[in-house]
Amino acid sequence: MNFTQVVFEAIESITSNKLRTGLTVLGIIIGVAAVIAMLAVGNGAQASITGTINGIGTNLLFVFRGARNNENVRNTRPLTVNDANALLDQFSAPHVLAVAPVLQGNGNIMFSGKTQSSTIVGVTADYFSVRNITLLEGNPITTENIYGNASVVLLGVDVADKLFDRRDGLVGETVRIANQPFRVIGVLASKGGGGMGSEDNQVIIPFSTAQSRVIHRSGLNNVDVIYAQAIDSDSVPLASSEISQILRTRHRTPIGLDDFTIMSQQDFLSTAQSITGILTVFLGGIAAISLLVGGIGIMNIMLVSVTERTREIGLRKALGARKRDILIQFLVESSLLSLIGGIIGIMFGWLIAYIVGRVAVAMGTDFTPIVGVDAILLATIFSTAVGLFFGIYPANRAASLQPVEALRSE
Amino acid sequence: MDWVVEAKDLTKVYKMGIVDVQALNGASLKINRGEVVAIMGPSGSGKSTLMNMLGCLDRPTSGEYILDGESVATLNDDQLAIIRNHKVGFVFQSFNLLSRQTALFNVELPLRYSGIVQNRKAIAKAALEAVGLGDRMTHRPTELSGGQQQRVAIARAIVNDPAIIMADEPTGNLDSKVGKEIMTLLLNLNKQRGTTLIIVTHDPAIGEQTQRIIRIRDGVVEEESAKGTK
Repeated sequence: MNFTQVVFEAIESITSNKLRTGLTVLGIIIGVAAVIAMLAVGNGAQASITGTINGIGTNLLFVFRGARNNENVRNTRPLTVNDANALLDQFSAPHVLAVAPVLQGNGNIMFSGKTQSSTIVGVTADYFSVRNITLLEGNPITTENIYGNASVVLLGVDVADKLFDRRDGLVGETVRIANQPFRVIGVLASKGGGGMGSEDNQVIIPFSTAQSRVIHRSGLNNVDVIYAQAIDSDSVPLASSEISQILRTRHRTPIGLDDFTIMSQQDFLSTAQSITGILTVFLGGIAAISLLVGGIGIMNIMLVSVTERTREIGLRKALGARKRDILIQFLVESSLLSLIGGIIGIMFGWLIAYIVGRVAVAMGTDFTPIVGVDAILLATIFSTAVGLFFGIYPANRAASLQPVEALRSE
Repeated sequence: MDWVVEAKDLTKVYKMGIVDVQALNGASLKINRGEVVAIMGPSGSGKSTLMNMLGCLDRPTSGEYILDGESVATLNDDQLAIIRNHKVGFVFQSFNLLSRQTALFNVELPLRYSGIVQNRKAIAKAALEAVGLGDRMTHRPTELSGGQQQRVAIARAIVNDPAIIMADEPTGNLDSKVGKEIMTLLLNLNKQRGTTLIIVTHDPAIGEQTQRIIRIRDGVVEEESAKGTK
């Protein structure tokens, strides 16, 4: 028999019992839709986190105190302002463009009886260019603010929302931080919730002010993090090794273990991607189980169909159908069932992913599920393979029937 | 003589649990090309088993069977399928049509398995016209009377121009008037096309209309009563 005829006959056969076909296909639809939706959500999460990390800044290096990956390093020296300044040396660190030491602490921001607990960040003027900070209104902190220990503050949008219920027209207002008045000189643009904690619930004040009046550290010159910007993306590793060299010399650890950790954006990115990758595989795996269950449904229905049609199979064999002809007939039917389920499932999964995206947006998270071509191909091939695999046993049973016995059955 | 069926010492043993049942016990018979033969015998006589052997639906346990010049006793399942497709047309008591398909499709079915693509519809139409159903081609079996359904089945049996037609109680599910029409049709097809016709039946009235009656008892051919050509 030629193949198109076989397909047409199979279509006629599966449309002859619409309810049963519908229920069988439903199993596959749910399975494929779940796989597609889960992969889309996983990929979307990955893209969203990657975007957030890229938004932190450009060609950025993070320098922390202590050895993150080695518990044997004790008595670490703190990072200081002098360390940060040393990184600006053009001769020992030619690939470092800018450096921004940061002091970070938590505190309450108050305005007319309302209180918001948020992160207080003390920064220098370079911080804004290093971290790609943009403002909704006002001006960034200047070198003059630093020299003058000025009591000025930039508000994150969450803080502005909480204290003022608005995000504009706030320049000139006065808020209290650590019971001291600070004049608002600007509002930070939203960075979105991201992998590193919300950067919207924070306030930025001059480094010198933080050091002397707000965030108290045991060593006067200590800093919590030093952000360093490499001159371009290719020189990030070079800048990293230059910074290591300088800090080793300054911390007197030229041999032995480093008492500081340098991470690049790429390190964060790969960590985040491996986590979301695991998440995607995990979600997809759970969804694949439902696809498997759908496949077993197909096998069940095909077995029923073989039993019901024993007489038909016997007749076809009496008329000259070979084993192969019957085998192909039933395999085409089962693959067709799962292919139809797969196609509807893809559309359905797409819809689910879209709805998940809309719900996320409505809840304030900017997150777009991504239905990739690879996911669609995978689902189509996988669902057809499921139909073929679970069709083999029933089809083989049909093909092995002896015509005499098959014709005798009622 | 031009034998279309030459069976020699056919035996068939079925295993029913631990007991062997001897359904055929050395049956030998020859059928001439173009002959009309009835196979008769009481139930349990091995009549159906013999029919299955002659129709190549089953293989004998031992013995020799030459159908239309080909030895078929030792062929495998797929080879038998091809022989059935080309050389045997079946007419069953209960018609055995595919109820969801049209009359035309049912008649086309053997052609599909012989891999004929071109002219398939035309050949099938000609067969339906030959049984007088030229105007019922797109009807489904459920829309046809019993006699019409059996006509479709006969059209299906002759569509591949087989060497023999095996008819198993062809009138068993029909009333006597329609049964007579079907017998007349079968005999006419035999006359016009020269196709050998083998009818398995209980009905002595049908046996009367054939040229020869082969009687089976206890798995052997008991007597062959030749009659005058009808």
